[in-house]
Amino acid sequence: MARYGPNVHDVLIVGGGGAGLRAAIAVAETNPNLSIAVISKVYPMRSHTVSAEGGAAAVIKPDDSLDDHAYDTISGGDWLCDQDAVEAFVKEAPEAMIRLEHWGCPWSREENGSIAVRPFGGMKNKRTWFAADKTGFHMLHSMFQTTLKYDPILRYDEYFVTSLLVDEGRCQGVVALELATGKIEPIAAKSVILCTGGCGKVFPFTTNANIKTGDGMALAYRAGVPLKDMEFVQYHPTGLPFTGILITEAARAEGGRLLNKDGYRYLQDYDLGIPEDKPVLRSMELGPRDRLSQAFENEKEKGRTLDGPYGAYVHLDIRHLGQEVIDEKIPFVRELCRKYENIDPVHEMIPVRPVVHYIMGGIHTDINGATSLDGLFAAGETACVSINGANRLGSNSLTELLVFGARAGSAAAEYASSQSSFGTRLDALATDEKKRIEKTFFNSNGNRSERVADLRKKMHNAMEQGAGIYRTEASLKTSGETLSVLRERFKKISLEDKSYTFNTEFVSAMELSYMFDVAEAIIESALKRTESRGSHQRMDFPERDDQNFLTHSLAYKTGQEIARIEYLPVTITRWPPGERKYGQ
Amino acid sequence: MSTRYERYRPTSYHHKMSIFWWVKRKPYMLFIIRELTSIFVAAYAIILIVKLNALKQGAEVWEALLVSLSGPFSVTVHIVVFIFVLFHSITWFKLAPTAMVVKIGKKKIPGSIIIAVNFMMWILLSGGIVWILLQ
Amino acid sequence: METTINLQVLRYIPEKDPDPFYQEYEVPLREEWVILDALNYIKDQIDGTLSYRWSCRMGVCGSCGMMVNEKPILTCETFLEKYMPGPIRIAPLNYFGVIRDLVVETDGFMEKVKRVKPWIIRDKEKAPLEGEYLQTPEELSEYKQYSMCINCMLCYSACPVVGLEPQFIGPAAIALAQRYNYDNRDEGQNQRNDVLLTDDGIFECTLVGECSEVCPKKVDPAGAIQRYKVQGATEWWTSVLLPFGKK
Repeated sequence: MARYGPNVHDVLIVGGGGAGLRAAIAVAETNPNLSIAVISKVYPMRSHTVSAEGGAAAVIKPDDSLDDHAYDTISGGDWLCDQDAVEAFVKEAPEAMIRLEHWGCPWSREENGSIAVRPFGGMKNKRTWFAADKTGFHMLHSMFQTTLKYDPILRYDEYFVTSLLVDEGRCQGVVALELATGKIEPIAAKSVILCTGGCGKVFPFTTNANIKTGDGMALAYRAGVPLKDMEFVQYHPTGLPFTGILITEAARAEGGRLLNKDGYRYLQDYDLGIPEDKPVLRSMELGPRDRLSQAFENEKEKGRTLDGPYGAYVHLDIRHLGQEVIDEKIPFVRELCRKYENIDPVHEMIPVRPVVHYIMGGIHTDINGATSLDGLFAAGETACVSINGANRLGSNSLTELLVFGARAGSAAAEYASSQSSFGTRLDALATDEKKRIEKTFFNSNGNRSERVADLRKKMHNAMEQGAGIYRTEASLKTSGETLSVLRERFKKISLEDKSYTFNTEFVSAMELSYMFDVAEAIIESALKRTESRGSHQRMDFPERDDQNFLTHSLAYKTGQEIARIEYLPVTITRWPPGERKYGQ
Repeated sequence: MSTRYERYRPTSYHHKMSIFWWVKRKPYMLFIIRELTSIFVAAYAIILIVKLNALKQGAEVWEALLVSLSGPFSVTVHIVVFIFVLFHSITWFKLAPTAMVVKIGKKKIPGSIIIAVNFMMWILLSGGIVWILLQ
Repeated sequence: METTINLQVLRYIPEKDPDPFYQEYEVPLREEWVILDALNYIKDQIDGTLSYRWSCRMGVCGSCGMMVNEKPILTCETFLEKYMPGPIRIAPLNYFGVIRDLVVETDGFMEKVKRVKPWIIRDKEKAPLEGEYLQTPEELSEYKQYSMCINCMLCYSACPVVGLEPQFIGPAAIALAQRYNYDNRDEGQNQRNDVLLTDDGIFECTLVGECSEVCPKKVDPAGAIQRYKVQGATEWWTSVLLPFGKK
């Protein structure tokens, strides 16, 4: 396929998770003559899509409707979603999911063999497709295995991207380091799609895997592309203490209950409905994630949570479901509890607390995944289209990978076909980048003493204290200042490891520098948004302010320390801003 | 700097497998014993062929063979062979469920039952042969 | 004084030393720590040059398999306390080339996975608008177990045949082939037979059975291979005894 020679392709996809693989297939199907490359810092099946548990939403049953899915998404997002994007999303979701079924995804089924769906938080109707409680795992593996049959898809496994190649105003590839050898080289392409996932690792306590360090966001940000709505960070209400391992929302959808230290279903005190024996849609434990996580914080304030060695927690009780339901519908929950907490949820209650799970914000793209930089596209958690608004509806993210991964893939394929040549400066740019990396990380000597692990820990603390579930101007400012200090210290970073062979310390240092950029965007966007909406709760501005903030924030990297924030109005089509009502 | 290493062309290290790899862990040891016991199974098969051959050649040859097989050396060999064959059969029956998935209706039959059925069949058949011989 | 435990970790940095050696580290023994936490402690606090792979630390991404006291395990789900009082010997997965420290070559395994054609093969594909292929819960359960493989490669490190015959396609890849063979949506078994009913395929397996013992997801690759053997042998006999029969 290397029609242009080695390391030159039509479409280059950075990231081999759900969005990246879906995009790769879309490119191959749009134009089988294109050379496609997937570059990833891990083997594709290690990508974090693999950890998603509960399911993926798409309207398939007769008692559901596209409008209901759109409304649940928009109200769940506290009216910050672009409604044209949401409408396209819900419309294309069912077909996207059926295609995955045709590629072998082992969806759980009804007795008659059709697709089974389960309820999920914040939904009017049951519409979450699931593969027991390893949905992301099965989706990723089915898609990865399917990509193997497409010859035009080449892979660069375990390559770490250090910068984008931008020449003549277009993105034309990346510079990457091959982990096994330490070789730094340009990989050129007529269009590039960033599918690098989220950035949960800027926080200390997260469900996110070690690899989720916001690489793609930082790469785009450094190339002048704005990051959108970065202040919106989703806390999942049920993570295991210490490890932060996710206990899926499906545990509550099947009937799990949240209890405070008195065994009381405390959600009833937070405008989320009245407790019933059976799970009720859009009510109590099936309310939206932001509201449930906020309720936990309030319970903690009131002293009604339990105390453990890793802070406050509450109980998730699924004992009444019985072993058969647990083993059939949520076996992974049981496996994880047994392995990591040494408890059996069939007989014991599960300790849980809110945990950083997802970022609604990301690289600003249009409805086809195109960014403001020609030739650069983005999809998945790393992008912000935006369908997730101020709080993502559970089980929309897996579907988003498919719908917008495919859209970005076809758009990037078309763009690549329209380009006939490469810029002349690509090799020179790559040589400069190579020199920069050699100088900073491998040949550095003299006055350098800072360690990656120390700076990372301090950044974690700053983000947790300043930009957690509840924020204030003071907390955000303090964290912003700490970040500035840390960035300054990072200039004196020193690696113990100077080897060119699989140098993971180098990777951690690069990731840390990416996380600083992302953290800066989160803090600045949060500071400037003086209202409370969805997952962004300002104690000094507790009300939603549609007058001034029915807008997306766009963070631009400036020459200075602090990001520049601009605003873009939200697209409203058919659902004017209203009150978010749950539990009735 | 290592002499073999060339920049950007790292030499990966390949561990050489010792011929005694199987003594390191008990499951490997048991596996090797199980494999070795097949020699004894083969020995039984050869004895059987020799017997059949003798039977074909008439009563006299057959009687002579029986006499030679009842000596103390031959009995000892038989006992040893028998122990190994027993070991072989038992380990094989225990492995049966990995190759057999049997369903009754919608339910998979647990491996322990498949093993039990195999053993029962074995005992029944052996009993049957003993019964025929004693007639 | 905090209790500690001794870790002996295999180090191999090709630029520095042509031969690997064991380096000792003393790490705190905490009841909630898995082996991976101890490695991260070494990396962050003691020695930044130690290299290893890890990601999800919840036993599903398949990155962090290593030999711990001669047995292949996922280090993110095995607690330190289990190895009291130590020492714990940590080495890269058996039978793979070592790139650096605890990092092994994975490309060979990825090639084997691809060779078994792990995707749905059909004579006629349905258009998405025609809806899903039907599959009852029973039909799903036929292959579900084999679909649980996380590609952690522990089974390869437990299999002496892989060590002795590196071209052997190996447990996980064969289980993956069976995952599709037993899927009622798939019609590709003949194509997979061409790859697997060969000398590098199922008949290389001598049924040591350790692949299934070490599998963290209870995929039972040994079972998958034996079922394939039974089926392959049956087909062969059928074709010999019934030369004019179908197929």
